Amino acid sequence: MAKNTLSSRFRKVDIDEFDENKFVDDHDEAADQQGPDALEVDNLLRQGDTMSALHIALRNPPIHSKNPAIKERAQTVVFRVLTSFKSSDIEPAVKSLDKNGVDLLMKYIYKGFERPTDNSSAILLQWHEKVFAAGGLGCIVRVMTARKSV
Amino acid sequence: MSLYSFGLEPLSCHAWNKDRTQIAISPNSSDVHIYQMNGKEWIKIHELTEHSGRITGIDWAPESNRIVTCASDRNAYVWTLKDGVWKPTLVLVRINRAATCVKWSPLENKFALGSGAKLISICYFEKENDWWLSKHIKKPINSTVLSLDWHPNNMLLAAGSADLHCRIFSAYIKDIEDRPGPTPWGSKMPFGELLLEYKECGGWVHSVCFSPSGDSLAWVSHNSAINVADASQGKEVTQLTTRHLPLLSVLYVSETEIVAAGHDCCPYQFSYKGPGSLEFVKKVDIPKQSSKGNMSAMQHFRNLDKKATTEEEDTGLGSLHQNSITQLCILEGLKAKVEKFSSVGLDGAMVVWDFKH
Repeated sequence: MAKNTLSSRFRKVDIDEFDENKFVDDHDEAADQQGPDALEVDNLLRQGDTMSALHIALRNPPIHSKNPAIKERAQTVVFRVLTSFKSSDIEPAVKSLDKNGVDLLMKYIYKGFERPTDNSSAILLQWHEKVFAAGGLGCIVRVMTARKSV
Repeated sequence: MSLYSFGLEPLSCHAWNKDRTQIAISPNSSDVHIYQMNGKEWIKIHELTEHSGRITGIDWAPESNRIVTCASDRNAYVWTLKDGVWKPTLVLVRINRAATCVKWSPLENKFALGSGAKLISICYFEKENDWWLSKHIKKPINSTVLSLDWHPNNMLLAAGSADLHCRIFSAYIKDIEDRPGPTPWGSKMPFGELLLEYKECGGWVHSVCFSPSGDSLAWVSHNSAINVADASQGKEVTQLTTRHLPLLSVLYVSETEIVAAGHDCCPYQFSYKGPGSLEFVKKVDIPKQSSKGNMSAMQHFRNLDKKATTEEEDTGLGSLHQNSITQLCILEGLKAKVEKFSSVGLDGAMVVWDFKH
């Protein structure tokens, strides 16, 4: 049909909406997550303490929040921290994270890939290489399977 | 280890008979093939062809020598051997979506069938009418049931599903068995009672397995994680996220040792010693052959000419299975001390693994 008529609008129809048996995720009530503390991160970056800034930026991620503005702000804070690192400091920073931290950082990296800006992909790819070495393929799988994202 | 190939089609499930001389497999079609071991070869001796949809589950009851199969045609058949021929009996599972998995209970007086209809059918034979009946467990299952396992007491049933939950239900059928006593998982036993519900699995629950004593439950989920719930520790759940691709099948080989396998094409061993103590032990596969022969200059330039490469190209994986492993089964040894287990995968191969304790 699409080939004959060049019509492709039907592909955008979300047929799940018409399914009465549609699967719905559990609804979490905790919606008071505000994301990382941008002021503290800025202070640490100004002092040149990028390692601590990374740990603060990964604290309190807005996983359960439904507010796009909060998620956007968290993404911006984390990306600012990632760009503040020298290439040689990326690997020790990743090694300082625990398992959950590595998984969370990979989520932020893939979120950054979704909406690239000037030069952002190059920096994220550098981080991706080191985070992948620490977390393996399982780390990427968990980004794909997570029902709630940063 | 020994590898046997059953063709090129993926093998999604397999089941052994009592003395492990016969194996039932399905080559990703609507047929079940039964092979007999003949020396070191497998000879096909039966072909069961009643289903009209792709076979999704096979289970062989060792003592009563009956096979139950389920398929995406929404049917289940119980096969019995009469005069050397396997005869099917249709089971009234009463589902309107594909069946996804099937398992005999330890006493072989009933079996559980999971389906995409968001329910589990517990099927048992009714002598009065000479047919197989089913009872349904529905609430609170919210999506396709992907995996089932029976507790050793023949009453409890663990289920993993695509709504990212792992649950334990009571599957007590008062028509055919006496009322059971309390269990470490709980004492309420009416049919369909929910005794455990864990909702942070993080991914589809591909496989569940009770420990030999029934006091622990292990499951693997699609976020590359393996989890253990411990009934003797207030049902506390320990999760271990791995760095590998997702695991599809999990099997207890002793009270503390677990083997799991999946998309990484080789089994892994894990050890559970208590809450918070779930560890990766080792990879259960052939050692990596790291030494490559030196290439001659002629071979080097021939590769450049033919393939524009400077290295020997080998597309085989460094593991016995060449594609994802879909199922693990106990082959030899007691449930509490497994000596050998078998695996089948999408490469159409079956591998027999030795396990050293």
